[in-house]
Amino acid sequence: MRFLFKTDYEDDIKLFPHSGYVVTYGVLLALLLIAPYLLSSYLMSQLVFVCIYATVGVALLILTGFTGQASLGHAAFLAIGAYTAAYLQKYNVPFPVYFLAAGALTGLIGAMVGFPALRLTGIYLVIATISFALIVEEILARWESVTHGNEGMRVKTLSLLGVTVPRDSPTFYYLCLAVLVLTIVGTLNLLRSPTGRAFVAIRDSETAARSMGVNVALYKVKSFAISAAITGFAGVLFAHKLSFISPEMFTLQLSIEFIIVILIGGTFSLHGAVLGAIFIVMIDPFLTYLKDDMPGIIAGIAATFGAGTATAGNIQSKVAAFASLNGLKGAIYGIIIVLFVLFEPLGLYGRWLKIKLFFQLFPLYKRATFKRQKIYVKSERNR
Amino acid sequence: MLDFVQQLVSGVALGCVYGLIALGFVLVYKATEVVNFAQGDLMMLGGFFAFTFIGMMGLNYWIGFAGAVAAMALFGMVAERVVVRPILGYPQFSIIMATIGLGYFLRSIAGMIWGTDDLKIETPFSQGVLRIGSLVLAYDKLSVIAATMILCTLLYLFFNKTTLGTAMRASSENMLAAYYMGIPVKRVVSIVWAISAAVATCAGVLLVPITFIHSNVGLVLGLKAFPAAVLGGFGSIPGAVVGGVLIGVIESMAGFYLAEGWKDVAPYIVLLTVLLLKPEGLFGLHVRKKV
Repeated sequence: MRFLFKTDYEDDIKLFPHSGYVVTYGVLLALLLIAPYLLSSYLMSQLVFVCIYATVGVALLILTGFTGQASLGHAAFLAIGAYTAAYLQKYNVPFPVYFLAAGALTGLIGAMVGFPALRLTGIYLVIATISFALIVEEILARWESVTHGNEGMRVKTLSLLGVTVPRDSPTFYYLCLAVLVLTIVGTLNLLRSPTGRAFVAIRDSETAARSMGVNVALYKVKSFAISAAITGFAGVLFAHKLSFISPEMFTLQLSIEFIIVILIGGTFSLHGAVLGAIFIVMIDPFLTYLKDDMPGIIAGIAATFGAGTATAGNIQSKVAAFASLNGLKGAIYGIIIVLFVLFEPLGLYGRWLKIKLFFQLFPLYKRATFKRQKIYVKSERNR
Repeated sequence: MLDFVQQLVSGVALGCVYGLIALGFVLVYKATEVVNFAQGDLMMLGGFFAFTFIGMMGLNYWIGFAGAVAAMALFGMVAERVVVRPILGYPQFSIIMATIGLGYFLRSIAGMIWGTDDLKIETPFSQGVLRIGSLVLAYDKLSVIAATMILCTLLYLFFNKTTLGTAMRASSENMLAAYYMGIPVKRVVSIVWAISAAVATCAGVLLVPITFIHSNVGLVLGLKAFPAAVLGGFGSIPGAVVGGVLIGVIESMAGFYLAEGWKDVAPYIVLLTVLLLKPEGLFGLHVRKKV
């Protein structure tokens, strides 16, 4: 077991607390770099979506996880980024320019949303961001001269410095990976800077932060702007990956999916965004796999336990009928959310930490280490 | 002028449905400070129960109505026991996510059981109109308005005049203190969920003649009822109904007088404006902040 002796503040905020981190993350990065040569094209495509969702997840973590401002409107920011890219592309603006422009515009709009949000907390903020997202969705559908309304917009193939980058190419994957890694490193640096500390202070107690001299309004708006800008960058990549965008892609459903990303991953660490993104993106292929292969497997099991051929076939068709029921995916989604909230509120990353601690402290691990405090005194209303 | 009154009445009727759903939000929030995002889906489920009793089993409308309300009250208690009670006392965000998950689940299950078609029930209010001069008022809309008024008054009296209502308000202020004072907090919360599911069912059944019932109706109307509750100031029973009526009237006026597309956004624009000027909503209590 390794003990880290921290003797000053610089030790406490190191990006890599010890050399082990460099090795593990180095190996991970190397694996991600050679992934295009190892994985099938379908899995690569899913991996690109993981990168995009994880980028949005990091953005949402800055706002929700670290500043404590819940948002159910991030699909709108993603949409603004995507539409800015698609619109500027029509006028042959080069990729780096519209990429940055999309981020800047989304950041600006994020700040504008942040101002009204200053006075709102908790449930009022949630409904304000939902309203914002619904209004944006309606604008996208109606402002036909720019967005082509419900017909949607075609996004041309990405061309970077004169080289075309098709959406299935490894280069596009590297681009998404680079954006994700830069976002994560940037966010880590942000979080150990005074700005990040101010965010966390606001999350823990607004009043206490204010009395320590934190300009709450300024930092809240900053948090909104940064989070929105990162989501805007992700939106550009999202548009290129899908190659076609229309308003009904950016619904409340998508915003909820982003919240689920950080909820399932864990809201207290950037690891959570990545783990949650992997979970959300991979659940689709996994369910398809279950749907296709499960009936056969179950019938096989039934046959080995002595069921006749007719019975096994009967079971197989019944399971297949159940698996192809309409809306089964939604039900599974719902159950997953509820189970995570009830049994693993710290998310996948929390589970990983628990497992790690279990082995580090073996046999002295105790469950109570991660137990949350319940507060029965009315808190939110009088805060 | 006649058009205006006509629109006003249909807006008020629609608004009353929003108000009824919003009442459910407010009840749960008032008693437990939990925001139940599945409220719209409870309404949808109530509508489907009523359809099963009345449309499929052929029961009398009123018996079917009562049966649906009773069944949903029970369902509300079960949902509270399974999903909400284990996380009472945790941050609000967790509870919101849990109820969103519950909503997803209910929507899919309802879609599986009753299919995805639009369903309809024959009610005593389905046909017939009331004529006042040249003004034509449909019974189905009037029935919604009347029921909302009755329910709102009953609930208001219940919360402010009865012992159980007082116990609910006490446990919403401070669960621990309420428990020390001898209030069975768990049972109180359970009852609140039952009442709110029952109110949602009333909304669902009254809604059936106006719009059809299908598995997504809860999400659509819930998203309108939620601003209604916020507009009235979360936690105020008359506020919920006033907010609902406001949203309904704004929506129907915008649909009639403004260009296409405004109908769906106008309520949210008004909501954002109100929140900007009065962050606690119209009837919300202004509370002092404590560290």
